[in-house]
Amino acid sequence: MINLYPLLIIAVVLFIVLNLAAGLIWVERRLLALWQDRYGPNRVGPFGLGQVLADSVKLFLKEDWIPPFADKGVFILAPGIIVATAILSFAVIPLAPGFVVADLNIGVLFLLAMSSLGVYSVVLAGWASNNKYSLLGGIRASAQMLSYEVFMGLSLLGVVILAGSFRLTDIVEAQRKVWFVIPQFPGFVLFLIAGVAETRRLPFDLAEAESELVAGFHSEYSGMKFGMFFVGEYIGVILISVAISLLYFGGWLGPVLPPGLWLAIKTMTFICLFILMRAGLPRPRFDQLMSWGWKYLLPLALLNLLVTGAVVLALS
Amino acid sequence: MLSLVRSLWEVFRHGFHKRVTVQYPEEKPYLAPRYRGRIILTRDPDGGERCVACNLCAVACPVDCISLQATEDETGRRYPEFFRINFSRCIFCGYCEEACPTYAIQLTPDFEMGEYNRQNLVYEKKDLMVDGPGKYPDYNFWRVAGVAIGGKDKGQAENEAAPVDLHSLLP
Repeated sequence: MINLYPLLIIAVVLFIVLNLAAGLIWVERRLLALWQDRYGPNRVGPFGLGQVLADSVKLFLKEDWIPPFADKGVFILAPGIIVATAILSFAVIPLAPGFVVADLNIGVLFLLAMSSLGVYSVVLAGWASNNKYSLLGGIRASAQMLSYEVFMGLSLLGVVILAGSFRLTDIVEAQRKVWFVIPQFPGFVLFLIAGVAETRRLPFDLAEAESELVAGFHSEYSGMKFGMFFVGEYIGVILISVAISLLYFGGWLGPVLPPGLWLAIKTMTFICLFILMRAGLPRPRFDQLMSWGWKYLLPLALLNLLVTGAVVLALS
Repeated sequence: MLSLVRSLWEVFRHGFHKRVTVQYPEEKPYLAPRYRGRIILTRDPDGGERCVACNLCAVACPVDCISLQATEDETGRRYPEFFRINFSRCIFCGYCEEACPTYAIQLTPDFEMGEYNRQNLVYEKKDLMVDGPGKYPDYNFWRVAGVAIGGKDKGQAENEAAPVDLHSLLP
């Protein structure tokens, strides 16, 4: 008799993540509208929630066109990669104590690895489209990912030093006394910036940059392939928000309410912050992006790591 | 860096502002009295047609959407035999209203003219004509014009002196 419990967890995690990703389209449009003194989609169904359904039906029924000049195999593969890697990262995310698909002892590393593998999707999409703007978008994405991935990992190491473990469950449990956002505030800010860059959301959406590159890497995509990029991006947003809540804000720890609800509240707060950043911040120039990454944020991350290590060593 | 945080805060505060969207079909927007919408042909305070078929509106129209044919009734009063505006061409610029010497053609604050059939956007005179004087309630072109029509001779218009008999002006 095989144990069906892990399958149940997988099903629940997939259900939550995919539905949330679809729902985020509506959440983002309504929130952006709210901050721009508009209403956003409010006609289809209650509060315009039917818009999600209408949009997905539209995407599924659209012509799934592959340009004749594209590299067909890679062109089809690229949107799959981003969704696959984003969903795979959720394997190590504990949604509640014990409620995790695979409680790896290198959970943080797996998370970082999977989220940075997602850049292959963008680079390959830009390459396979055989379009100069797509290629530029893909090149930008890879350069951006290289520079921000470096200090993303380094900013996390402060948390790992304090918790003494790469396992996400242990990291959350280590925050019983105090959330890591207080001793690791610089690390949190750096991780937040890197996280936004990692999901290629505004203000770091230079791979798309519709004012310069048409739509960047997905210029040539249509129909559900385009939809996959969107779903992948939203799953990435959820992933980074969950990661921030788990690593810096005590995950499911909190009074009165059940643990899963606490994690959901914290995650939604950060998702809203992501959308607020899209509503409020302009896009930097690409050279500014690179010089911030290498000249300021990377040294800051190293300094944070050094100080944390020194303090932990002195106290032990 | 602080300016970024400040702009985020400013945008966040907009979440508590009043929304500017007008929920259109349920809630109508306020349109100014001089809004340039559907075009009408107005009448005198007496109820007669104001249009004298001078063709100035058709000439002024940049998209040539106005077409009319002048004719005269038995009293010498000019009026359009037909008057046709093709609203699928009209750009609602209001030049016709500016060109009109008799305040006959006017634009109104109404824009809900959607049709399923393009041909239905061609308005004939009976569709354009209204039973009122529009924006100029007291103006009557024939009463101030120095033209003789049936029931009004030369010299009988407002502020007009009786015609002088040139042959009687002897020294």
